[in-house]
Amino acid sequence: MNRDAYEAVIGLEVHTHLLTKSKLFCGCSTTFGAGPNENVCPVCMGMPGVLPVLNRRAVELAIRMGLAAHCEITAYSIFDRKSYFYPDLPKGYQISQYETPICKGGYIDLPASGNGEARRIHLTRIHIEEDAGKNIHAENSSLVDFNRSGVPLVEIVSEPDLRSADEAGAYLRQLRAILRYVEASDGKMEEGSFRCDCNVSVRKRGATEYGVKTEIKNLNSFRFVEDAIEYEIGRQIELIESGGKVPQETHLWDPARKETRPMRSKEYANDYRYFPEPDLPPLVVTPAMVENVRATMPELPAARRDRYVKELGLTDYEAGVLIADREVADYFEATLPGLKNRKSAANWVMTEVLRVVHDSGKPIGEAVPPPAEVGMLLHMIEEQKVSLNAAKTAFPAMVKSGKGAAAVIAELGLAQVSDEGAIAAAIDKVLAAEPDKLAEYRAGRDKLYGFFVGAVMKAMGGKANPKMINDLLRAKLAG
Amino acid sequence: MPSELNKLTIAEAAARLRKRDISARELTRDCLDRIAAIDRKLNAFITVCDTDALAQADAADKRLASGDAPALCGIPLGIKDIYATAGVRTTCASRILENFVPPFDATVIERLRADGAVFVGKTNMDEFAMGSSTENSAFGPTLNPHDLSRVAGGSSGGSAAAVAAHECLGALGTDTGGSIREPASFCGVVGIKPTYSRVSRYGVVAYASSLDQVGPFAKSVRDAAIILRTLAGVDPRDSTCSARAVPDYAAALTGDAKGLRIGVPREYFVEGMQPEVEQSIRAALKNFQSLGASLVDISLPHTGYAIAAYYLVATAEASANLARYDGIRYGLRVGADDHIALYQSTRAKGFGAEVKRRIMLGTFALSAGYYDAYYLKGQKVRTLIRNDFERAFEKCDLIVTPVAPTTAFKLGEKTADPLTMYLSDIFTISVNLAGLPGMSIPVGYDANNLPIGMQLIGPPFSEETILRAGDAWERAGALKPRQPAI
Amino acid sequence: MAESKITLEQVRHVALLARLELTPAEEERMRADMAEMLDYVDKLAELDTANVAPTAQVGEAGTPMRDDERTNPPAAEAMLANAPSRDRNYFKVPKIIE
Repeated sequence: MNRDAYEAVIGLEVHTHLLTKSKLFCGCSTTFGAGPNENVCPVCMGMPGVLPVLNRRAVELAIRMGLAAHCEITAYSIFDRKSYFYPDLPKGYQISQYETPICKGGYIDLPASGNGEARRIHLTRIHIEEDAGKNIHAENSSLVDFNRSGVPLVEIVSEPDLRSADEAGAYLRQLRAILRYVEASDGKMEEGSFRCDCNVSVRKRGATEYGVKTEIKNLNSFRFVEDAIEYEIGRQIELIESGGKVPQETHLWDPARKETRPMRSKEYANDYRYFPEPDLPPLVVTPAMVENVRATMPELPAARRDRYVKELGLTDYEAGVLIADREVADYFEATLPGLKNRKSAANWVMTEVLRVVHDSGKPIGEAVPPPAEVGMLLHMIEEQKVSLNAAKTAFPAMVKSGKGAAAVIAELGLAQVSDEGAIAAAIDKVLAAEPDKLAEYRAGRDKLYGFFVGAVMKAMGGKANPKMINDLLRAKLAG
Repeated sequence: MPSELNKLTIAEAAARLRKRDISARELTRDCLDRIAAIDRKLNAFITVCDTDALAQADAADKRLASGDAPALCGIPLGIKDIYATAGVRTTCASRILENFVPPFDATVIERLRADGAVFVGKTNMDEFAMGSSTENSAFGPTLNPHDLSRVAGGSSGGSAAAVAAHECLGALGTDTGGSIREPASFCGVVGIKPTYSRVSRYGVVAYASSLDQVGPFAKSVRDAAIILRTLAGVDPRDSTCSARAVPDYAAALTGDAKGLRIGVPREYFVEGMQPEVEQSIRAALKNFQSLGASLVDISLPHTGYAIAAYYLVATAEASANLARYDGIRYGLRVGADDHIALYQSTRAKGFGAEVKRRIMLGTFALSAGYYDAYYLKGQKVRTLIRNDFERAFEKCDLIVTPVAPTTAFKLGEKTADPLTMYLSDIFTISVNLAGLPGMSIPVGYDANNLPIGMQLIGPPFSEETILRAGDAWERAGALKPRQPAI
Repeated sequence: MAESKITLEQVRHVALLARLELTPAEEERMRADMAEMLDYVDKLAELDTANVAPTAQVGEAGTPMRDDERTNPPAAEAMLANAPSRDRNYFKVPKIIE
């Protein structure tokens, strides 16, 4: 199979919950994890006679996302009914936006990475809609929970600009980062608040027409998206190479078998019969409303990256690692007050802190001590009250015990010794014990310098101020 | 000895309740007795709420005694069985909701309760308000109190008949294409369909959301004005409900029709109309002239297209509105092995023939390949119909027409051919498409003693004007009301 | 009369979309009724609406918006009270196959 002769064309539809307290059209809670059918009322249960009333916050968050993605904000948009039957859809239609999405156009920039150069992925639209409930499949029946019914979503539809599974993954990560930055969504895939459908087709390289696409539904992890796309590209190329044709189908990803398979039911072979929702007058977004959203918009990742490079003197790479996750960037910034060396703080967060976060699998807020304590530890390094190595010993202990930097340093006796007399005495002792090496050094074997430093540090139990060792040792070696 | 308090108007009863001349309990008792005596024949009620009604009456008597009594305190009303009433089943005259007990009140029910109104029961109707005769009820047709071999009109036939037969002093209906005005006309009572958005639709089971409107039935224009004032006004639960202030409609009833310019649309006096209907309306117009109003010849050129536009728009909306009846969360369920079959068998069994017909037509009108030719075309013609009225109201203050081309027809007369039935709404449907207020008041009788209704139509939010005109006409005394035969 | 506006096949398709089970007799009757209505609404074709905007609603534009507040306390029991079939606090349906 000649895979290189083909090019994949991928477009993604991302559904993500908006971070509101209440549902899109009623005052029910959006909290995840409540008991079954607890967060429901006549409206989100689709009882006879009920009517929707739009949540202003949901509209503002959708506009935020639109502004972050450089979209045009629609001044006059209409809600539509999308009709289909499914047990988790209480009204038999979903209130969505069809011809007039609240945001049009726009793009997401993907920074250059190890795998490729910077790319701009264009968006088709972002629209607001309500989520459905959840079907839980039991032994001989299915059970329906409507807690999620009516939770506000935005659907973010990309143009078919993506060309590989990796790129799709990078796009999703970037999109999720932006959503979290603007506090529009928590992007929690494991709770179903960030879901993705993929449209995948392949064509011969150089071709201008698109191939027939397969839609892969409801992928709820980045890994699944990447694996499913990778699999689907291979499957389609094989099919074409063996003289077949790709049928237009909807597939589901089977993570256990690592393959996609066509959906069995005909649920989705549907005719959605969109028409304007008569229960909601058109949504009018005034320029003042847009300006108000813009004025209260949190800093975007790209702006923060720039600031880190220009104002904090970090490299592009360092800034990129720190801003990838809003919580990490916020954490980093919270360590800074009182510190002179921003770069070492950045390094500390990127290595020590992120290692612990990564290993624990917990969010940063739970995995590591509060940023002020890390700031304190870094401050002690700057003040030469503790050596870098001793700080690296102290940090895991802080994580484990939950105690502050100063307490842990004191408890473990890690404070740095800056007593000139004690260091000088240790140097004298080392030099006296190694007359041969001293002679060799003085005869020009400079490389032995490191040996002496090590020996002195060892004699000091690793706690001596290294700068002081340096200064005193050089003087004494010079004789 | 029957005290016949149930024959009082709301205005009369309210005055006597305030004087403590009568009690709300006595008044309610009389209505309930009347229901017990005649409703087996009339079938105006699906559910009678004896116990609740008497409890409400007692509570009203306490308020009346304490001097804190809003206009409708202690007044027995019939409620169309399309309104969600907490704890009382709301069937919409459908098998699919036969045992549905809503856990909430419709906004207007809440308002009536707050006013101390008494609900004697839930009235019969065409299933999901789809019909013009109340023959499409899963609970059997409501008969016309003036002639039990004839229909009461529909879809709010139960409410109209109940008021005409003095089973209650007033009632609530809903009007999507004439469902208040036509039964009011057939039963000889007053019925108002207010401006679209004037009254909250929250808790009113939806048929066609952009057309449905809540309104009262009453024995006089004044009574209708009193009820309407309680119903109308902004509701944070209905996004389409207008925030405009609600006037004191009863205060607008000056008895004066002088200077009113009354538009008479030539398209509404057509061949095939029952001659007595035309004669009555012409005579009523003469009465208006003698009250000092002037008549203006107007044209509403797209009238002939209204029914076609209506049946595309209304059925399309209905097809979505009725998708929620799936046998999962409430209502009838007919068991099946998989969920698709569950829907199909539940809906097959739960809906009557007319409801199915409209769901089918609406689904078709919205389906891929037909949307533009049917649904969208209907919406465009709707614009033309609105424009007709806008132009007409440049020349007149209100428009007077017949409500229906005929008086009440015989049971079964039009059930064989749906289209024939639809055509009986020819004079009322345009008003819904344009979102205007319309009122039906009795102005005469035909040779069979059957009531004839006159329709008064105004520009948006001109309820005061049409109420004032209707009240002035009524007070002039040209009509000697005849009690129904029952 | 012109050719029928709707075939039996279309009636069956629409009935599936609408999740209505029709008996063969009902299908035939439905076809006839729908054909009559579609013939009737054909009169709209007489009107040139090329430059006419559709009216979907007759109220005012600018949907009101509510504040993002939780106003509904949990009321699972009241919401499940009408359930035709339930399993604990879930609504129960026949097994769904995806």
